[in-house]
Amino acid sequence: MPNEGRQIVIPGQILGDIPAFKPGRGTFVENKKIYAERLGVLNIQDNFINIIPLKGRYEPIVDDFVIGVVEEASTSNWMVDINAPYPALLHVHEVPWEIEFADTEKYLNTGDAILAKVLSIDESKKLQITLNDRNLFKLKGGHIIEFEPSIYRRIMGKKYSMIEIIQKYTRCRIKVGKNGRIWIDGDAEGIAKVLQAISKIESEAATFGLTDRIEELLKKDAKDVR
Amino acid sequence: MKSDIELITSEGKRLDGRGPEDIRKIKIEAGVLHRADGSCYLEWGGNKVLVAVYGPREAVPRHTQNPLRAIVQARYNMAAFSVEDRKRPGPDRRSVEISKVISEALEKVILTEQFPRATVNVNIEVLDAEAGTRCAGLTAAGVALIDAGIPMRDIPVAIAAGKINGQVVLDLGKEEDNFGDADLPVAISPRTGEVLLLQMDGHLTVDEFNQAFDLAVKGCHAVSEIQKKAVMHKYQAIAAEVQE
Repeated sequence: MPNEGRQIVIPGQILGDIPAFKPGRGTFVENKKIYAERLGVLNIQDNFINIIPLKGRYEPIVDDFVIGVVEEASTSNWMVDINAPYPALLHVHEVPWEIEFADTEKYLNTGDAILAKVLSIDESKKLQITLNDRNLFKLKGGHIIEFEPSIYRRIMGKKYSMIEIIQKYTRCRIKVGKNGRIWIDGDAEGIAKVLQAISKIESEAATFGLTDRIEELLKKDAKDVR
Repeated sequence: MKSDIELITSEGKRLDGRGPEDIRKIKIEAGVLHRADGSCYLEWGGNKVLVAVYGPREAVPRHTQNPLRAIVQARYNMAAFSVEDRKRPGPDRRSVEISKVISEALEKVILTEQFPRATVNVNIEVLDAEAGTRCAGLTAAGVALIDAGIPMRDIPVAIAAGKINGQVVLDLGKEEDNFGDADLPVAISPRTGEVLLLQMDGHLTVDEFNQAFDLAVKGCHAVSEIQKKAVMHKYQAIAAEVQE
């Protein structure tokens, strides 16, 4: 994530002209001028003007890893809440188990958490997710906390540096979904520390040198480090 | 209603000491609520308004969904203690109308086509009322929508113009609204100048209307600057906090 020149933009702000620049994510064009459509940080790459959102709902993209909570089990599918504007459909063909007709509740029931992947999105934003891939499974035990989906990249850090630091100092199992959910499993002390780190990242997402400050925070009272 | 109160002196001084084109003091704070997706607290003279935005999320009941775009559901509500005599709680004819016109104004700026079948809920809570609450509510809703990260073409802004003692003035106060000749709330999209909301109460001649309308548009641009400053202030503060 390029750090230079964090400029905050607001909707309707003019960002550039069409021949000189190209409109990217989070922008719209009117009369050959590029405008910001949402609150975010300006990012110009190869003449493409992009806006990295500061706040807002999770917008699902195919192949995203997400943490979902089952809302309802039907005879041949489940409806899963993945924190998007719409619920996602998980069909019985998209799970690794052999399921008899109407036996869905035995495998996943309301309230169960899963680590899934976004399979498809159609033009009316109907979502499908899948459990048929490596590293996708039902999450047993643990805790789920939510964060602002737009700071996903800050929580992971450059080349996963941030999340590795958190895992190293807290000795917790952590799974981060792109949809603004984190699943944590570990002892109470470790979980409390993860929560502390995540809330610090969340409140200071728009600043520099965050990874170092988080390491400092966790190092302070770390007893044994793997 | 006519009265003998002199709302404006011949020198153009109003009851609260303002000139004909002066706006009351405005204070805007973004992101004040923890649970809402976006929020805003606004003080405009004696008005106090709190706005919470939720969404975009799936619209329920299902028949309200639009398969091509999101719907915008604004709800304007006055607290029982917001006016001098206790207001009977719950929606009445007036608040249903204001909710409708504000919903339609916001629909024009939100990029609704990005979220088919969804809804954006805007809850406008008037805590203290002193004339011009629909304009205050719409202005605060604009800031709350930015805070919620909802894609928009522009930030909507509103202000009222009116006529008191035969003179066209900007931003009516409480007595001016009650005993004045006309009230003209205007909401615009400041970037394009498009009109999002236009209502009128009382009587104006065509010339007076044009004069009042131009004055309101000018006022909208002034309020728009305050809105933008409030948003920038909030988010640049986060960046500055740790860099000191």
